Amino acid sequence: MSLVSIDDLRVSFAGTQVVRGISLTIEPGECVAIVGESGSGKSVTARSLLGLAGPGSRVEASRFLLGGENALAFGERQWRRVRGRFAGLVLQDALVSLDPLRTVRAEIAESLRRPGPSAALAPAGSTRQRVLDLLTAVGVPEPETRLGHYPHQLSGGLRQRVLIASAIAADPPLIIADEPTTALDVTVQAQILRLLAERKAAGTALLLISHDLAVVASVADRILVMKDGLVVEQGSTARVLGEPTHPYTRRLLAAVPSAASRGHRLSDGTRVTAERPRSDEVVLSASGLSFSYGTRTVAQDIGFVLHRAETLGVVGESGSGKTTLARLALGLLKPTSGTVTLLGSPWSGVTEKSRRPLRPRIQVISQNPLDSFDPRYTVARLVSDHRRLPEERIEELLEYVGLDLSFAARRPRDLSGGQRQRVAIARALGYRPDVLICDEPVSALDVSVQAQVLDLLADLQAELGMAMVFISHDLGVVHHVSDRVLVMKDGRVVESGEADDIFFDPGHPYTRELLAAVPGPVVGVAAIGE
Amino acid sequence: MWAAATASWLALLVAPGDVTSILLGDGADTPEIRAAIAREWGLDQPQIVQYLSYLARLLQGDLGRSYTLQQGVGDLLAGQLGPTVELMLAATATGIVLALLLAVATAGRGRWLRGAVSGVQLAWVSVPPFLVGILLLFVFSFTLGWFPVSGARDTSALVLPALTLGLPIAGSLGQVLREGLERAQEQPFAVTARARGLTESALVVRHTLRHASLPAVTLAGMLTGSLLGGAIITESLYGRPGLGQLTLTAVTSQDLPVMMAIVILAAALYVLISTVLDLLYRIIDPRLRSA
Amino acid sequence: MAGVLAPTPWAPRLGARIVTAQLFLLLLALAAAVPSLLTPVDPLQADPLTALAPPSSEHWFGTDHLGRDVLARVVHGARFSLGISLAATGLALTAGLLLGLAAGLAPRWLDELMTRAFDVLSTLPEILFALLVIAIIGPGTANVVVAIAIAQLPNYARVVRAQTFVVRRSGYVEQAVTHGHRPWVITTRHVLPNVLGPLPVLATIGLGTAIVAAAGLSFLGMGPQPPAAEWGAMLSEARNYLRVAWWEAFFPGLAVTATVISLTVVGRRLQRRFEGRPSERGVG
Repeated sequence: MSLVSIDDLRVSFAGTQVVRGISLTIEPGECVAIVGESGSGKSVTARSLLGLAGPGSRVEASRFLLGGENALAFGERQWRRVRGRFAGLVLQDALVSLDPLRTVRAEIAESLRRPGPSAALAPAGSTRQRVLDLLTAVGVPEPETRLGHYPHQLSGGLRQRVLIASAIAADPPLIIADEPTTALDVTVQAQILRLLAERKAAGTALLLISHDLAVVASVADRILVMKDGLVVEQGSTARVLGEPTHPYTRRLLAAVPSAASRGHRLSDGTRVTAERPRSDEVVLSASGLSFSYGTRTVAQDIGFVLHRAETLGVVGESGSGKTTLARLALGLLKPTSGTVTLLGSPWSGVTEKSRRPLRPRIQVISQNPLDSFDPRYTVARLVSDHRRLPEERIEELLEYVGLDLSFAARRPRDLSGGQRQRVAIARALGYRPDVLICDEPVSALDVSVQAQVLDLLADLQAELGMAMVFISHDLGVVHHVSDRVLVMKDGRVVESGEADDIFFDPGHPYTRELLAAVPGPVVGVAAIGE
Repeated sequence: MWAAATASWLALLVAPGDVTSILLGDGADTPEIRAAIAREWGLDQPQIVQYLSYLARLLQGDLGRSYTLQQGVGDLLAGQLGPTVELMLAATATGIVLALLLAVATAGRGRWLRGAVSGVQLAWVSVPPFLVGILLLFVFSFTLGWFPVSGARDTSALVLPALTLGLPIAGSLGQVLREGLERAQEQPFAVTARARGLTESALVVRHTLRHASLPAVTLAGMLTGSLLGGAIITESLYGRPGLGQLTLTAVTSQDLPVMMAIVILAAALYVLISTVLDLLYRIIDPRLRSA
Repeated sequence: MAGVLAPTPWAPRLGARIVTAQLFLLLLALAAAVPSLLTPVDPLQADPLTALAPPSSEHWFGTDHLGRDVLARVVHGARFSLGISLAATGLALTAGLLLGLAAGLAPRWLDELMTRAFDVLSTLPEILFALLVIAIIGPGTANVVVAIAIAQLPNYARVVRAQTFVVRRSGYVEQAVTHGHRPWVITTRHVLPNVLGPLPVLATIGLGTAIVAAAGLSFLGMGPQPPAAEWGAMLSEARNYLRVAWWEAFFPGLAVTATVISLTVVGRRLQRRFEGRPSERGVG
């Protein structure tokens, strides 16, 4: 008997269908992945398996069997029996998915509390022991000391393990994991995926929800690709990744930046023909840069040079000092020691007044462009930026980034994430900068939008000859865009060199660790491009 | 508190009107008597000396003497403190209980009930306390005759004043609690908790109420101010003895030492309550303990 | 989510609540500006023969203990209430804005000092603070304005300072720095407008508290002196006749309450719109 057997599932909110008739079966011990971009309806689908599609939702199906029982007839009582005991839920980012005001022990024990059919449920006295066992099972070191800890006292990886422990506490035959690794660093992500694979090996079925095909590739038996509330393609993992039949799946695969995608446009897979001129002229350089907040050193002895029209990738996990590097390069932080030179002029250690004339030469785009927009401004006013640019110039700048003049009067709040980033780029271009600092510019975007923005940046760079410092936690993205790469860890540069050398022949053990943690393999652009 | 003392002393300094005249009252007015009074009250000293000796006396717990009542301010306050504290405690309790009941009962419920209750709460917050008092008096004392009109003889005389003062608290506290509950119910951890099979009421008790109480505690700190202010008006309305009456007499007779003492008392009350709330905050939110 | 993206802020769903509130405030403004338009009767005209008459077709709101028309007194009272609270709010807002901006833009030590001072002062109960001011400068209409203004000032100053602080450290101000704009351009084009933005909302809600405070002080006998028709003062007189003439207290009380509720409703609506949240859920 299938654990889950659903036909023609439809979920709507206030008359709008967000899931428009999908079928889903999960066999015991099987791992099924649903992959899709935001708004595809994948999370709603997953939550409707627990009767938690959300307030105001309307769930219909021609068949909805959970463990052989008809869930369409379930009342709140029966649903509560499903939750935790039939299926455990693991959400993204345990910092908010675990109650921040309660201890690890209380959160896990909550799943044990109710008496149930599973005889494994222990009497109250041994709850503590059971929680300890669970923590051990999910690989939390020193479980004894962790019992009384609160979520904020744990690292991201440990938190996610605790969340998984609470999901498997009542020993459900199914775990539903909704973007379980999205907020995590790549090495931690690899550990969590391994843990989920272990649960599967132990016989638990998995429903894995992700925006990232690469993440699910290593664990899933079958993949469903969702778009706009429909399943556009499904099949075995190898088949879907290796021989995608639906154009959307192909586009999605081609859009993933990686080593293989270098020299190709991500949005359509065509080869980039225009040769980017490389020059030896140094536009930005830094040597011996250090920075500390009080006693905490967040950057130490960083040095690099950036040539005209070149892209320098900076890769590292959270807390590695990437953003500090960006702020030092922008002259927004005063280095504790070391110097920055921009276009041959001293950039650090001089007054803001003497920096000001050079400021337009170095511009920045960041992960969340909305923060960098004055909330009262329209797109035109943002791009014009107090310089009374003529309308033709604004139109030209918007055209550069693939927007038309109809956007001029709109406010960034009403735009999509990708459009906002385009506006930020247009504004930066308005200054004809020699250097563009990109601080995680695509991290908040869906993969297909990310592909468009990366293509746009590549086109603009080829056309305008800007140099770029491209900061990202995503190794694939960095490899795709960079000529040369800095690998950062704990505020230091551990390795630097030509991109291909670093990624194909890493010298430093940390770089090797990072590369080994990248999930995959995804069959890249080669399969469809030329 | 030192700041409050200094501020009120500075206020005294810039006060128009001559302190000696107030002290003089209706008595004979000759330069000799004026000089004598000034000497007796230390008014002939330079300002800075006056200020320092004021602070010194304050440190010893001496709040000075009333200009008009010819009595130590400390004794005056001590005599009137009891009924006011009683009133404030009763009002706080009333407010908190009502707020909790309404918030838990209505959070996330149907729009009709929520609309109605939020309307009632809006009224409680908006209606000035003296008006609530008059309304209560009219209904319960004059029309129904359940409670006495004035005085502080027994507990039944405390009911209406406590309600008068407590309803606005219940209103704003209840709103904050309800909004906090609803916000917490939409958080990912609430989804996780539901996914463990928790009932909605268990969710409230174990998870969301604690989250909702955080902004409520912050608000409670701000409400203590209005509590003392409201007590002044409530006491005047119900003719209850207490600090309110004392304040009003002091204001009308420009008895500044008494006013200053009351301001200092308010500051002390604030310090006390915010310390307690700070502690409470730390108990509720573990994230603040390690910080 | 379409509602959030709807371009017109005046979109249809204007709830009955907000419309009623706005209409009432309009009426109130009219009463304060030209009271004779709403009632021809002189609010001070006493007629002992008709004292304490219940509401009738002749006296819609009845008469008070001196035989004055309660409707006329309530209508004329709008000028006092609105006048006092508008003046007080205006004063407090202006001074609070200047002080708050000064603190927010000042060097750190001065900012610390001023912020401490605002903090200490805003802990004092508003009405007690106002009473302290009145104890020093004496009662009276103008003095009540000053007292309320001084009592409310620290709050405005605090909010403005906090807002200045946030805006100065915002992403868009930093971005403006990277564009090489001069400090005064950044201050006038980004900091000031964004600090001023929330003030109308704040002032609307502050106006409500000012009205309560004004009525409260008058109720305690510190405001406009009898026989002036001020709502708080009317209530204070009326409470002695509560047993026999509920209307004398009821109508001025209703006026205060309705004013404050209307201001709160409008203020919250403004706030929600300002914060870009959808309009109040579940009520309408």
